[in-house]
Amino acid sequence: MKDSAFRFCNRAAVKCAFILIALTAAPVSAALAENGIAPLNYFLHSYGPASTPAMYLGWVLVALLLIILAVITLLLIRAVFRKRSSEETLIIKGEAQGMRWIYIGTAISTGILFSLAIYSLVTLNIIARPAQPPALTLTVTGYDWWWKVEYEDDDPARRFVTANEIHIPVGQAVLVKLKSADVIHAFWAPALAGKTQMIPGLINQKWLQADTEGVYRGQCTQYCGVQHAHMGLEIVAQNTADFRKWQDAQRKTAAMVSAFDVDAGRNLFLDRCAGCHTIRGTGAVGAHAPDLTHLKSRRLIAAGRLTNTPEHLAEWITHAQELKPGARMPSMALTAAEISGLSAFLSTLN
Amino acid sequence: MSNASQSTPGLNLTRVPDVGSAPIGSAAEIRLAQLWETAPGWRGWLSTVDHKEIGIRYLVTAFIFLLMGGTEALIMRLQLARPDQTLLTPEQYSQLFTMHGITMIFLYSAPMLSGFSNYLWPLMLGSRDMAFPRLNAISYWFFLFAGIFLYASFPLGQAPNAGWFDYVPFAGLDYNTGPNIDVYALGMVLLGISTTVGSINFIVTLFRTRAPGMSINRVPIIVWGTFTASVANVFAIPSVSLVFFLLWLDRQTGTHFFDVVNGGKPMLWQHLFWMFGHPWVYAVVLPAMGIVSEALPTFCRRPLVGYSAVALSTMATMLLGFGVWIHHMFATGLPALALSFFGAASMVISIPSAVAVFAWIATIWLGRPVFKTPFLYFAGFVFLFVVGGLSGVMTAAVPLDFQLNETYFVVAHLHYVLIGINVFPVVGGIYYWFPKFFGRMMNETLGKWSFWVMFIGFNLGFFPMHLSGLLGMPRRIYTYAPNMGWNTVNMITTLGSFIFAAGILIFLANVFISLKRGAIAHSNPWDAPTLEWAIPSPPPAYNFTVIPFVASRHPLWEDRLDEGSGRSILDKGYLLMEGRETIGTTPLDAKPDIILKMPGDSYAPFLLALSTSLAFAGLLLHWRDFTALMSLACTLSLTAWMWPSKALVQCVPDINQDKGAAHG
Repeated sequence: MKDSAFRFCNRAAVKCAFILIALTAAPVSAALAENGIAPLNYFLHSYGPASTPAMYLGWVLVALLLIILAVITLLLIRAVFRKRSSEETLIIKGEAQGMRWIYIGTAISTGILFSLAIYSLVTLNIIARPAQPPALTLTVTGYDWWWKVEYEDDDPARRFVTANEIHIPVGQAVLVKLKSADVIHAFWAPALAGKTQMIPGLINQKWLQADTEGVYRGQCTQYCGVQHAHMGLEIVAQNTADFRKWQDAQRKTAAMVSAFDVDAGRNLFLDRCAGCHTIRGTGAVGAHAPDLTHLKSRRLIAAGRLTNTPEHLAEWITHAQELKPGARMPSMALTAAEISGLSAFLSTLN
Repeated sequence: MSNASQSTPGLNLTRVPDVGSAPIGSAAEIRLAQLWETAPGWRGWLSTVDHKEIGIRYLVTAFIFLLMGGTEALIMRLQLARPDQTLLTPEQYSQLFTMHGITMIFLYSAPMLSGFSNYLWPLMLGSRDMAFPRLNAISYWFFLFAGIFLYASFPLGQAPNAGWFDYVPFAGLDYNTGPNIDVYALGMVLLGISTTVGSINFIVTLFRTRAPGMSINRVPIIVWGTFTASVANVFAIPSVSLVFFLLWLDRQTGTHFFDVVNGGKPMLWQHLFWMFGHPWVYAVVLPAMGIVSEALPTFCRRPLVGYSAVALSTMATMLLGFGVWIHHMFATGLPALALSFFGAASMVISIPSAVAVFAWIATIWLGRPVFKTPFLYFAGFVFLFVVGGLSGVMTAAVPLDFQLNETYFVVAHLHYVLIGINVFPVVGGIYYWFPKFFGRMMNETLGKWSFWVMFIGFNLGFFPMHLSGLLGMPRRIYTYAPNMGWNTVNMITTLGSFIFAAGILIFLANVFISLKRGAIAHSNPWDAPTLEWAIPSPPPAYNFTVIPFVASRHPLWEDRLDEGSGRSILDKGYLLMEGRETIGTTPLDAKPDIILKMPGDSYAPFLLALSTSLAFAGLLLHWRDFTALMSLACTLSLTAWMWPSKALVQCVPDINQDKGAAHG
């Protein structure tokens, strides 16, 4: 009877091991194949000195810990299935035996853990501050459920505000001050730096740097309410010339285009949207929602929910509560004429 | 040693108890049964203080909460199976993940282990009940009422929705106006009473009610787990009760502890919550590790390797566990120096766990495994423990945790810890002690099926979560876009979680089938070494006909141990039958010290817990008069509880003389 139980275990264990290996390999390959790259994948992709040392730390840890897991699992399987001599089945061995297992096992574990502790503290020290003082300072404030971005400058006239899309010059350290307007959020752009909470009443600081031009996805990672899932942002790293150009464009107030439908759209905006949104250069100075002065220059809308196309914009304005249920943005009931006027006006916000 | 009282001169007793034997069926045994029996029907049901009855209630209630929390998880997994699903609204999802966390962490994992300890401790320690039977009863009633309280707003669609961690200001009145958070805050204060009195009871029970001769180095190893967790609870629970009470004050009386506009500090919440939260993690795993350390050796046919090392590592884990709470807050912007300290401490805490792992492997290696269902659960547990421990090392590395924190990697880690180290030992433990609980064996075939389905389903469901975490999937999102690279992993996780749930259902079916048709179990079906297996299955109300005398760690294996061992005496000892009595012994050496007069069944615990819970309900609903009335009812119940009774006098005659004896 004992024998059959043994065989059952053995067979099932082998089967189980196979299934496990197959099933862990499958998602890795599938996930990699799925879209080429998962935009928040920080384990394989890092593009700046604030995150790359942590990525290497991750590789070392995963490799080492997988080896340890394999060794201990083999020991366990061996311990369970190893052949035993058939004698003295009734005698129960004493307690004192086997202490060597604990001594050796604990000694090795302690050595590894201390080395890892030192390695991780050294890494922490490396990423704690940038090699050169930051060239640019900006303040990001978390709101339910979007990001306000303020670019600082010694000259107040050169400061400006935007939302949900951060541009940075490539190869330069950027200091980010983190604030919250309501509840706790967390700022996370994994390819450039780890996450930091944005806590009301406190100003946290972090730095990040992109060494390669590109667009990096960010995401709120502290549960902040019903639309926590849709609180994304993008960081656009540009060469210095492009970055300067972008900055200059953002500093300008909205261009005053005059056409029949644009005027109608502007009036509608001032009437219905200006309580929350600001468009610099117009009467819209609301402070509860993203600054839309240069809305058309952004790649995404609704904090990363949709790409910035005229169709999506119209859909967002009229169906916000279906796209982001619970968001502060209401679904506006507009006639077709109103929508086309509003679209025409918004498309002027370069 | 035939008469223990002779070996301890200066016995601190009102009388010298009779020594003798009382075989089943003798006049003495019948008298004992009459003394300890609980009245039949609802009267007995509401008034019993029998630790076995209370233990089973704990197990059943906690298991029902496990099924509720599990159902919530499965609904969430359906929502997450594919991108952009609309099965749940965001608000429903928030309430589900909050209630899932509250249920599993507070209403399942700790109460489940309390159930084991309540049932088993007096049987293992050779006592007739816990030190404070009525406190034991009230800790169950408080647990039950707090559980109902926490779920009261669920059917109204107003369940707590700010996560089990309940961070302010999101949990404050400005962002959460409904009754959700008040329910959570008051429910937690209520549940805190249950855990606190339960813990105190365990501590005193360990130190005062062991059988004579069971010196502190002879207690069964499982006792160390629950004892350590209980001591920790006494220090950790005040922190969480306080923090929820402060939140309730903020919300209802306009104080400003967490109110940013008026100088309140959201970080205060995080610190107080995790000062409790991290020790709590160990409080819900150490007793479960104790189950394995206790029962695994039975199936390896040898004692646990390194009893003292494992006991000490249990306590070391807990001590260190009070110094690592910041690792839940690595991303809050604390200075690097503080992070370094807590990061290093979080690495060091793995060392005592390594001691336990190697002790278990050595025990299996040097033993002769018997492949019964409980053994499968315990061996499987060792693997899951190692996975959970190693992923814990990754999250302890501060710079890496800046990335891992608040992603599904942490979800994977904590489920390997809580399911691997709590659910697997618990289910294995039920298979192991089921014959003792109910006098019937559980079905082996179904048992093996339940293990393999659970084990495969669990790893299939939760291992890929590590990957979704590394792919950047944040926690607590109700949906995700299809282009994030998380589609396949989430589908696999959902499949695995349903397979795991099927394993739990097979186990449940096995319980019901075995209750009716299981083979009859004799007193020691596994040939186990500890005292609970020396008495009939199921145990009689009085537990032991005579209080045993214990001379070794393995009273039932003494004949066969190849190294010398003392001889315990199980069939002859203190009779103690002038009312409900058991023996009180000294804390370290377990010398007989006092005859403990145990209280009879009483309605007072039920009434006190009920009136307190109703007073809390009154606070929740702002019914002032009702709250006042219920507070009065509390006072009356307490008075009834404390009313002096001549039968319970613990009289010690001459203090001066006894002082000398106690130190003698």
